Amino acid sequence: METYYDPRDLGSFAEIGKDAPELAGKFFDYYNEVFAEGELTEREKALIALAVAHTVQCPYCIDAYTRACLEKGSHLGEMTEALHVVTAIRGGASLVHGVQMRKIAEKLSL
Amino acid sequence: MDEAIQRRGESFGERLARHGLALTRERTTALQVNVGFACDLACGHCHLEAGPARGEMMQLEVMAEVIACARRFRFASIDLTGGAPELVPELPYLVRGVAPETPRLIVRTNLVSLEGERGEELLRLYRELQVVLVASLPAGNQSQTEAQRGVGVWQRSIRVLERLNALGYGLPGSPLELDLVSNPSGAFLPPQQLQAQEKFRRDLARKHGVSFHNLYTFANVPLGRFRSFLERSGNLDGYLEKLWAGFNPCAVAGLMCRSQLSVDWRGRLYDCDFHLARGLAHGGAARFISDLVELPPAGTPIAAADHCYACTVGSGFT
Repeated sequence: METYYDPRDLGSFAEIGKDAPELAGKFFDYYNEVFAEGELTEREKALIALAVAHTVQCPYCIDAYTRACLEKGSHLGEMTEALHVVTAIRGGASLVHGVQMRKIAEKLSL
Repeated sequence: MDEAIQRRGESFGERLARHGLALTRERTTALQVNVGFACDLACGHCHLEAGPARGEMMQLEVMAEVIACARRFRFASIDLTGGAPELVPELPYLVRGVAPETPRLIVRTNLVSLEGERGEELLRLYRELQVVLVASLPAGNQSQTEAQRGVGVWQRSIRVLERLNALGYGLPGSPLELDLVSNPSGAFLPPQQLQAQEKFRRDLARKHGVSFHNLYTFANVPLGRFRSFLERSGNLDGYLEKLWAGFNPCAVAGLMCRSQLSVDWRGRLYDCDFHLARGLAHGGAARFISDLVELPPAGTPIAAADHCYACTVGSGFT
């Protein structure tokens, strides 16, 4: 069955530069620089990327950063904990808006 | 040529030629002795398919030839591996025989084979002779370790590491060297060695109070039981593609096969343990350690095979 997402398409990411090479070049240079070892290790950055990938629900990113995390030395326990961190933030972001709900409801209510 | 590599259209030998490289020997300084395929584990990454069902073990006669060879050539290091060397009944004879003939005698261990009274006897011997121990531990956590090595292996491995530390092995500043070897628990490449070493050190110290000296990371070689896993799981093409794409010509100069000879349980010679698994004999024809009157001169060709891509990926693994 055809789908919009094909895992092989990930390998063609660089083709996005064909009609706007300068912008793509700047993006990929920036991207590579971001993931290089800095104050954070490459392993830590890959864990952050994996967590964010789940938040933005990008299947390409999930594929790429699951592999990257394993190859940088993370294990499934750490990777799963990272997902819970973004899940907590994502859920918390919803829940904390309940403060608005309560304020509005209180204002409207007797 | 490996079919999956063939689809890329370039064997390892052709790849070397494209970069103007040749796989040849340098001065031979190390002897690796594979004492057999018997093992009490059946690890999923094992290129030799070692395990409890394998009965091949080095006998005294071949051990005597290995000892005589060690006397003739005075290798900088001698490295005993398997299978699980501990399961070979005459291992102490070999260890005592080669220890005086080299400044660095290494014995590989899967850790769990050092349990029990037999393990204690061997540990006393190793400590007396200052044998370097290189222990397999794929990960600093239970799930990945047991995925590769079997249920229950993690706790047993940690207990043996605790015992080794208690004997002085692996402690900071101790001359009793304990190193770890980590192979990935799946169809992915290992992490960069120094970073992995620091993470292992931190995790094992924090959670288990265990210490070691060095960690070596190795890529899994697509042979034996690991290849079967790759085929069964649909990962073979992707893994070989990764090895092929990650070829680093600069890694060729440091390959271990250039300075090492491997000998199997029957006394046959190979250029490395992976060629041994494939039956690719040193020099292209079966030769025995007893017939080795001189070490192969620098420049002697080494057979290039497609599994060699596993040793040249990234920064290389030796």
